[in-house]
Amino acid sequence: MNAPTPNNYSAYPDANGRFGDYGGRYVAETLMPLVLDLGQAYEDAKNDPAFHAEMSGYMTHYVGRPSPLYFAERLTQHFGGAKIYFKRDELNHTGAHKINNCIGQILLARRMGKTRIIAETGAGQHGVATATVCARFGYPCIVYMGATDVERQKPNVFRMNLLGAEVRPVTSGTGTLKDAMNEAMRDWVTNVDDTYYIIGTAAGPHPYPAMVRDFQSVIGTEARAQMLEREGRLPDAIVACIGGGSNAIGLFHPFLADENVRLIGVEAAGHGLSTGMHAASLTGGRPGVLHGNKTYLLQDDDGQIIDAHSISAGLDYPGIGPEHSWLHDVGRAQYVSATDQEALDAFQLCSQLEGIIPALEPAHALARVGDVAKELGKDGIVLMNLCGRGDKDIFTVAEALGSRL
Amino acid sequence: MTRMRQNRITSRFEALKTEGRAGLITYVMAGDPDVETAFEILKGLPAAGADLIELGFPFSDPMAEGPPIQRAALRALKAGMTLRGTLDLVRRFRVNDQTTPIILMGYTNPVLSYGFGPFAADAAAAGVDGLIIVDSPPEEAAELSDALDVAGISLIRLTAPTTDDKRLETVVKRTSGFVYYVSVAGVTGVKEADAATVAPAVARVRKASNLPVAVGFGIKTPERAAAVALVADAVVVGSALVEEIASAAATDSLAAPKVLASVAALAQAVRMARLDVNVT
Repeated sequence: MNAPTPNNYSAYPDANGRFGDYGGRYVAETLMPLVLDLGQAYEDAKNDPAFHAEMSGYMTHYVGRPSPLYFAERLTQHFGGAKIYFKRDELNHTGAHKINNCIGQILLARRMGKTRIIAETGAGQHGVATATVCARFGYPCIVYMGATDVERQKPNVFRMNLLGAEVRPVTSGTGTLKDAMNEAMRDWVTNVDDTYYIIGTAAGPHPYPAMVRDFQSVIGTEARAQMLEREGRLPDAIVACIGGGSNAIGLFHPFLADENVRLIGVEAAGHGLSTGMHAASLTGGRPGVLHGNKTYLLQDDDGQIIDAHSISAGLDYPGIGPEHSWLHDVGRAQYVSATDQEALDAFQLCSQLEGIIPALEPAHALARVGDVAKELGKDGIVLMNLCGRGDKDIFTVAEALGSRL
Repeated sequence: MTRMRQNRITSRFEALKTEGRAGLITYVMAGDPDVETAFEILKGLPAAGADLIELGFPFSDPMAEGPPIQRAALRALKAGMTLRGTLDLVRRFRVNDQTTPIILMGYTNPVLSYGFGPFAADAAAAGVDGLIIVDSPPEEAAELSDALDVAGISLIRLTAPTTDDKRLETVVKRTSGFVYYVSVAGVTGVKEADAATVAPAVARVRKASNLPVAVGFGIKTPERAAAVALVADAVVVGSALVEEIASAAATDSLAAPKVLASVAALAQAVRMARLDVNVT
């Protein structure tokens, strides 16, 4: 694999959708012409100022962007190291970063003349964001969700139904996010003429990893400008949690050329990496092919995919976006992990010290932010993407803490 | 570049051409419902009338399969089947059968995990003749094609209703053995193939390639198989057979005799198809 020359990271993927050896388009022939069409349609949209102008209008007035850059003063005092900043993407409409991508993709679907929208969801955040934009733009919406997840995320299922979406429980495989994604692909291959598939993370066949990254890059672009304005300099480190990795790549991408900014992704270590019950694809997996792309995967010796485990349904995925696999291999980003327990502790700490109840996903990132802040010392600055709010997680957290709601 | 190899696949299609009939290709999953039953079925297929055999190797996430083959994969994995185990089955089959072509069918990851080179060598040694990888379009297949070329195994490509003429040229490049036309846009075993659209589609594939054309996805009954046998060089039946294995396993009855009887009925229909037309 060729390591890119400095400041050339943003030139990827190549024309074949490759980030080094990762990415690509590993789909059945029936889907291949559709995936190629989508790539072309996205290229056209990307080069059309009208597309960007319209998206920007919805980002401002519907999503509520830009999201604030917040100095977490009490957490900074608590850890006694670098200044800690939060990018407040949990303040977006629908409560997470997922809506950024959905706005972009629904506008693309409309541009392509598609009339039916499908999506997969794990915890339900991407499903809710998709159902939201489908309501807003008047499209029928079908969300595939693992039967296990439907059971444990009932409030989000109800939200999707309120928004007019049909939630289809997926019982195939093990009934979790990966199976929901398989089922969405099966729907797409069956309804090739009218259907647009809104993938929720920066994974899947090209152009999804690049497209989702581009739509989520608003996070890093805003944060970079806000940081320069507030502190007159860039942060020393930026930190984000990783399931498929869309919020992390959205934060990282605009900083790729800033070689002095450390990029730190935090995977879910579940019960601990040594237990095998985790969702840390980079730390505990190896490269393989799933869901249309080559990337690091949790798998056994025969190449069968192993179920991920995390207390956070949003990180409970056995793969990771291909750009992260590449940034990992070339060493531009560093990937660490946090356990369920560490995330729960960080969840409570943030609630009590900052008056912000974070989602369990960014609580994983926060669990490592303290270490980074201490390492950098008082002159340092660390920025974390607070990519979702924790209202959806109160039942899970209550159960983990032994309370009953 | 289309490489012609005088392997079992090519010989079998030449023989079918001489006989003036279409072939029957049967699909079953290795290790479904258990290793020994799967072997018994495999062993009995040629005598029951299968002209070529597609043997699935299980994958945990079979994106292009409908419920019957998804469940077959889960049963096989539960029974401990692996890609290595699949090659063992082929090796055992070859002890008594040197002529029936065997084509393995599955997904990229188990093969990638095995290593393309080592897999191709071991598969050839075991007696595998061809390989179909559902999620390996030509754009991603160069490395695999190279490895299979070295081992003399045919890479058989799928073409679909969504594959237009221009793309068809790309798809048939580096395909050998035969071309597999997926007759419905969808997953295996759900929609039924529409015979009226199959004929022009097969003609379209023939314009792009001199290889035999097999048609599959959505062919469940002897009647449907006979209709497709009029226009294609071979008919593929999979989900319908796999469903019989499932129902036999569910009722604890013997799967092999049931499945092989269905294969015989399908074979009969395929063999008679063109004769019936000639008579009437």
